Amino acid sequence: MKVAIASGKGGTGKTTIATSLSHLAANLNHRTVYADCDVEEPNGHLFLKPDIRDTRSAGVLVPVVNEDACIHCGLCGDVCLYNAIVTLGGRVLVYPDLCHNCGGCALLCPVGVICETSHEIGTIDRGKSGTLQYIAGRLNVGQISCTPLIRAVKQDIPKADLVIIDAPPGTACPLIETLHDCDLALLVTEPTPFGLHDLKRAVQVARTLDLPVAVIINRADIGNGDVRDYCASESIRIIAEIPNDRRVAEAYSQAKLITSAIDEYTPLFTGMLADIIEYGKCTN
Amino acid sequence: MHELTIISGKGGTGKTTITSSFAVLANNHVLADADVDAANLHVLFRPQTLHAEPFSGGYHAEIISAHCNGCGKCREICRFHAISASNGQFTIDDLHCEGCGICYHVCPENAIDLAPASTGDVITAQARCGPMVYAELNIAEENSGKLVTQVRAQAQKLAKQHDCDTILIDGPPGLGCPVIASLTGVNLVLIVAEPTPSSMHDMQRVIELATHFNIETCICVNKWDLNQSMTADIEKCAEQHGVQLAGRVRYDQAVTDAQVNGKAIVEYTDNEAAQDVRRVWEYVSQRLR
Repeated sequence: MKVAIASGKGGTGKTTIATSLSHLAANLNHRTVYADCDVEEPNGHLFLKPDIRDTRSAGVLVPVVNEDACIHCGLCGDVCLYNAIVTLGGRVLVYPDLCHNCGGCALLCPVGVICETSHEIGTIDRGKSGTLQYIAGRLNVGQISCTPLIRAVKQDIPKADLVIIDAPPGTACPLIETLHDCDLALLVTEPTPFGLHDLKRAVQVARTLDLPVAVIINRADIGNGDVRDYCASESIRIIAEIPNDRRVAEAYSQAKLITSAIDEYTPLFTGMLADIIEYGKCTN
Repeated sequence: MHELTIISGKGGTGKTTITSSFAVLANNHVLADADVDAANLHVLFRPQTLHAEPFSGGYHAEIISAHCNGCGKCREICRFHAISASNGQFTIDDLHCEGCGICYHVCPENAIDLAPASTGDVITAQARCGPMVYAELNIAEENSGKLVTQVRAQAQKLAKQHDCDTILIDGPPGLGCPVIASLTGVNLVLIVAEPTPSSMHDMQRVIELATHFNIETCICVNKWDLNQSMTADIEKCAEQHGVQLAGRVRYDQAVTDAQVNGKAIVEYTDNEAAQDVRRVWEYVSQRLR
């Protein structure tokens, strides 16, 4: 079963929850993978402190032109809708950062002088934290497009009973790529106007993908009751509420898992995990 | 014209809290919300919409089934696995279509239509703190980077019309395409950090990004008193990267209360946290001059 921990709004507690849940599941002898798909800013490693056993480069295919054989017809530039390849004054210029890797220029070149080569956009780490399997993507600084890297991380996820995916914030393409093929979206929010606004968007994205959703309210005792009213009106289940506890913030600021730092939180997370696993049984 | 972008790397460190207060404290400015897929400033200010401009940042392909001969060439060449067939009927899944248009070129029957995708709206509005621009990205649409560029272009136009000398840009979290679009060519970047290892980790990547684009950068640490030694570490790390310190803002429950009441913290109270934010603005506005 694949569960994405997502949120819309950043900083609501996705990584806190994803790392604690993964750690707990592995300790309860579930074959578990923690997959960090927040490739722009991956943070799970700070809490899980995995032993990294393998790092690989992840790339996308970008065009290379054999200029000697090129007839400079300009077709490649005409078909590229991203302005990643242009012919200019008898030369062909390629901008790998703008390329969306569709392969169109190489496919359509009438004289077959365009081939493709791999262009690194990031790296993928794999390792273990105890019995928990760990995988994470890390986008290279200055790279524009993170969805191919998210796709690559997801392809590399090892087989397991439970895969917990730490999703990127926002509601655009990185989130969509992350949610694709998941069984459940667990949306972490806080009961504030900003939290509610972004939660609504995340719910809409998940529903567009036909993905079931459940909500976790973090810092549950701040703000107002609007998030709960919204969930009730949309028949969205709230599977847990985590209080606004200074000790949780302190554990986070010391890079500790909540369940390791504060014993009394273990039942809350064990309950959450049981809910998720039960949910997986119902849908499979 | 002076442009300031407020970013953080890690989400939820207080970008919008700080930006909304700057918008109240600044004179003669335009406010731009560049966090287009989770825009929040309009939730706070509830501005009056003056104009909504539809924005299209790409294309979607569609198969005209009456012309399709079912040869499957389009599915073969699509790198994004956006094309599928059931009972001989080929269809394109909008969620996976990147709008590259290559299927359109290879189709022997001209059975594929390539039309501009409706990405979202760029909204020009009047808030109590002045003119503002934000966007509403359509659900499950892409090209948020281009939409950020559009929001900034509209803010610049508005600034010229109103003779404003400053544009305040609330940036998105992360460090990919929308972040790059929100900071290229601006005069100053303010990074809002918080004293956590995640924020420190992300701040370093964002500093690297700003350096890559050669943009002057400063940081402030929000909720600094939650972990004083981590705050000192973050400030030291920033200074080692040649980044100046814009100040510290203490943790205060009033920040959430202000948000619930639809106010910027400096509108809601004049307590110590609000004064901290004022001091950060004094520093930043000096640097912008």
